[in-house]
Parts: sequence; structure tokens; C-alpha cells
Amino acid sequence: MDLFEYQARDLFAKHGVPVLAGEVIDTPEAARAATERLGGKSVVKAQVKVGGRGKAGGVKLAATPDEAVARATDILGMDIKGHTVHKVMIAETAPEIVEEYYVSFLLDRTNRTFLSIASVEGGMEIEEVAVERPEAVAKTPIDANEGVTPEKAREIVEAAKFPAEVAGQIADILVTLWKTFIEEDALLVEVNPLAKVVSGDVLALDGKVSLDENADFRHPGHEELVDHAAANPLEAAAKEKNLNYVKLDGEVGIIGNGAGLVMSTLDVVAYAGEAHGGVKPANFLDIGGGASAAVMANGLEIILGDPDVKSVFVNVFGGITACDEVANGIVQALQLLADKGEEVTKPLVVRLDGNNAELGRKILSDANHPLVQRVDTMDGAADKAAELAAAK
Amino acid sequence: MAIFLNKDSKVIVQGMTGATGMKHTKLMLADGTNIVGGVNPRKAGTSVDIDGNEIPVFGTVAEAIEKTGANVSVLFVPPAFAKAAVVEAIDAEIPLAVVITEGIAVHDSAAFYAYAVSQGNKTRIIGPNCPGLITPGQSNAGIIPGDITKPGRIGLVSKSGTLTYQMMYELRDIGFSSAVGIGGDPVIGTTHIDALAAFEADPDTDLIVMIGEIGGDAEERAADFIAKNVKKPVVGYVAGFTAPEGKTMGHAGAIVSGSSGTAAAKKEALEAAGVKVGKTPTETAKLAREILGG
Repeated sequence: MDLFEYQARDLFAKHGVPVLAGEVIDTPEAARAATERLGGKSVVKAQVKVGGRGKAGGVKLAATPDEAVARATDILGMDIKGHTVHKVMIAETAPEIVEEYYVSFLLDRTNRTFLSIASVEGGMEIEEVAVERPEAVAKTPIDANEGVTPEKAREIVEAAKFPAEVAGQIADILVTLWKTFIEEDALLVEVNPLAKVVSGDVLALDGKVSLDENADFRHPGHEELVDHAAANPLEAAAKEKNLNYVKLDGEVGIIGNGAGLVMSTLDVVAYAGEAHGGVKPANFLDIGGGASAAVMANGLEIILGDPDVKSVFVNVFGGITACDEVANGIVQALQLLADKGEEVTKPLVVRLDGNNAELGRKILSDANHPLVQRVDTMDGAADKAAELAAAK
Repeated sequence: MAIFLNKDSKVIVQGMTGATGMKHTKLMLADGTNIVGGVNPRKAGTSVDIDGNEIPVFGTVAEAIEKTGANVSVLFVPPAFAKAAVVEAIDAEIPLAVVITEGIAVHDSAAFYAYAVSQGNKTRIIGPNCPGLITPGQSNAGIIPGDITKPGRIGLVSKSGTLTYQMMYELRDIGFSSAVGIGGDPVIGTTHIDALAAFEADPDTDLIVMIGEIGGDAEERAADFIAKNVKKPVVGYVAGFTAPEGKTMGHAGAIVSGSSGTAAAKKEALEAAGVKVGKTPTETAKLAREILGG
């Protein structure tokens, strides 16, 4: 889960990374009091989870509380690369910046460890610096069990060639930033720019944090960081029912068991769709193993509630799960929806293979639901589902 | 022969006495797996009757090894306790730990992987978030259904459980030497490369099927390894061509970040290494069949 800047700022502050004062607001008028609390001037910063907001006009200085209200009025509601600004941070104005650096900790999947990235050339796109002048970017592996000790922090500082007068400060910041990374179970903590200001102090002026949702069980507070407003309503409804769902932009609703098989199903439908006017999958939905009638009903309800969906493809390979249970699940799910008065009008193509497939197919044939068609191969079923979506 | 697991493997189950552990211990026994014990400190000294098999429960992995000579542990431990359980297995120096558990925090898996390395890599870790591995007709360590296929000469390595089952089903008439589900998490113990190297060295494997998916660069590195080290034919499949950027697709590791981790890049890398890559699982099976047939 990626966080907003103000949330990252709060976590940095909690763990001792030096940051400027700031608070988040969502109405222009609130900018006045917030700016007054900062001594009468502020920076109004759009809170969006996308880079390049400065260039897009999402960061403005305000010399007075009135000006802060005016700037907040401009920025709230602004569209930045497809992200609508719902919140702004009213931040303390930074003292004059002398130099801008970059530091981060992240998961290095390739080497199955953690990595520090540090550069004296902060403030811009670090990816570009890494490509154009790799020598300006120091990458230091961090052992997951040893972590960033003061010694390790000094090693990073030396590798990145930070100037001597800020070396000690940056080493201290690296230790607190690592603490943020570990104690919050982050996948990424990034400070850019890490600025040396005219007083000689080094401050984290902007940052990014991404958290591991698998670690939520030991961070009850992380629930409050979820941006419920931004979630797609279908994705939010699916999450509430513990379904693994991602909304996509096509017309064929997809339900399957197992992440890999569902990803594969999306691809197979997209290929099949090429012959049917370019129809595409409308979603990813993994109902997992042991798909009970209730889970199937929840899944079908989400998919059928998506106005973009024209046909549905249920693709199940019975591993441990038996296909007769899945077939019963589908039949009962349709009955459950009918009982709730939710009329099903979209055609369903069902492919069952694996454990007890024959029995499952028979259950579907016997139920003889007018909207359910059985196709017994994955490629054939994908083609049928795409054809039905294109015909609608 | 086969890889990592055979009829002589002595298997213990960490988390056996939980509902999932019991269910799958029963299934593994039905597939002929030599299950020699379970581990649960709170039930040490007791035993569990599973279909007439009296399975002793030990307090620790070390004790289980000492009493039974176990050399494989399958873990069905909930995510919050998985790190401690894997560390215990590493400390007991069990040669193979198969971590089925889904949803382990990545800081925990990075920590136990680093710990295994620091202890001299005496324990091979498979997973986490994987279906385990099966050597049909000999032993099954995990949750792969044992009745999909029979012993044969295809080796399979896959990030995905259900795609493993699908591919075993597509090629069920030919059969498999071993099938290894390495898991879909960002940090895993055994990689595609480890399994490819083992299949290359295994005299009972004639052809390798490798299944990948979006996220990370494991498939690209595997392609590089194949080009340099694998002489046996390899057939590949990659899932996730239609996955949007920045969205996690079910598996914690299945995410395209910016322009990295795409299915297209993985397919391209594999093809450049001489791997035939199918567009669908069925087409991939057909490619394997063509190579074996001719």
C-alpha cells in the first residue's frame, strides 16, 4: 500500500527522521488556521500518489493565510495525471535549500535482501540519474538480520560520497529511516529531497512510503492509512467480502481459482477477444481454494454488479477443491441471487476440469440454467465468453 | 531419482495438528508419503491417528529429526508464526523446508532466507506461498493433488499452484518426474534456476516445463541460466500479459512496477534463450508434446 506524503511525513516524525511541520486538510478554508499555526506562511502541497505534482502546479507557496486559502482552492479538485486532489498538506516553508540529496531503503527482490540507494544528486527523478550517471547512485545491500547499524550507515554515507559536513547528520537519519522501514514493515521508504538547508541542517522535505499489507496483523494502526475514498467501489465491495479482486477495463467478467490460473485466464480471454472485436477481461477475481457456494455467490454478485461486464467466464481447475462442489456453488449462487431479487441477465460460460470434473459438469447440465453454458476446455471457453461479450 | 523429494524422504509436518495441516497430512499419506511425525510444542508426546496411521507429535523439529531421521518438513504454520517455525527448522538443519503458508510479511521471509544463508544454506527452503512439490508415485510434500498424473519424464517448476495443476493435467498421459511449486511471493527460497539446475542433472527428466508470471526478474535470470547451462529442452509459459501496472494480481509478488516485471519482457528473454513459450497453458502443453514426440 502506497501512502500519501503527509502519512509518510507522520511516520518519519514518529521514528525520528527530521521533517518540517505540516498538517493535512480537505477544505480550502482550513488552510487559513493551519497557516496561522505555522506563523502566517506555508507551502500548499497536493496529496496525490503520483510523481510530478510540482510541475503540474500542485505545490504552491503562500505568503499569508488568505493566500493559502486561495492556493488550496486552486489545488483541491485539481487533476494530476488522472489523480484528483482530495487533500492538501499545509506545510512549514522550508528554509533556503543549499543542496538536495536522495536516500531510500527498499526490498531487492533479485537478491532476496534489502537495499539502500543513496545519491548526492537528489531532487529529481532518481531513475534518470541511475541511468545517465550510475556512478552518482550508491547501492548498498543490507542484511535483513543485521540491519542498518551506525557502522552500516557510515558505509552508505561513504559510498554515496555525501559531503563531510553533513555525513554525521545523514548517517543518523539513515538509522532512523531504517527504523521506519523495519518497524512499519515497509517495502519502500524514500526521502527525496533530503535537503541541506542554509542553517546546515539536513531535513526530509518529501517522502514516499509503501507498506506490506501482509504485515497488517502486527500494525493495527495501518488500517487508518487506507484511502477508502480512492478505491474503486467494486474493489472496495470485494475487499469487504475478502475477495481478491482487481477491476480492469474490459467486458468479460472473470472468476477463477488460484492467482496464476486467473492471470492466465485474463490473457487467454484477451487473445480470444482479438477475434471478437477486441473484447477484454473486465476484472481479476481469485476465489481461492475451497470455493463454497457462498464465496461463489459473493464473487458472482460483484462481477454481475459491474455495468461493464457483458459475459462471465468461470474457469476452475479442481485441485484439492472438487468440481462438483464448485458446480453446486454456481447453481446455489444463481439461486441465492434470484432469491434476493437480483435478476441475472448476463450469460455465464463455465469450464470445469480436474478433480470430479465429470460430476461437476453433470450438475451444471442437470440444473439446465438458461444462462449457463458449459465449455470443457479453457481456450474454447474463453473464446465462447469473448464471443458472447462481443454479441451484447 | 527425481528432484528434492523421493520415496526415501522422511517427512514431518509443522502445524500438522491444525485443520489445514490435518487435511493435507491425510492427503499426503494417501499419496504414499512417508510422514514420520508432526511438530507442536503444546501437544508434544501425543500422537494423532490419521486413517489408521499413528503419527507421533514432537515438541520441536530437532526432536523429530533425532527420533525419526526426518529430512523434509512441510509447514502449515499461520503467517504470524511462520518466521519462528522456519528459523526452528533451519536451526535443526533439516535439509528441506517446504513453506506452504500464504500471507507471510516480506520482512519475515527476507529474515528467514538471510538466516538460512548465514547458517551455511544447510536447509533448502521451498516457498513461501507455494503448493509444495510432488514426485508422483513416490512422495508428496505439500498440497499438490496426487491423483492428477503419474510418474513420467517431464520436470515442472512453477510460481503458481493452479497453473501447476493445470499443466500436470494437460500432460497427464505423459507423466512427471517431479513438479515443484516455488511460490508467488517477492522473496522465495528455491528459485526457477535452482529447479532448472536440478532437473538438468536428473537422469529421470527429459524435458522441463517452466511456468512464470509477472513481477521481479526471476524469469529473465532463469532464461540467462538456461542459455548457459541447460541442454535439455525447456518449454515455458508466462502469465499476466493483461495485468495493469502497479496492481498486485493475487500473489504478493505478482506486480508490474513501472516497466519492469512485465510478461512480455519475460517471454522475450525466454525465447531469446531458445525456450519455446506457449501463448496459453494448452498451447504450452502442445509444444512439450511435440518435442517429446519427435
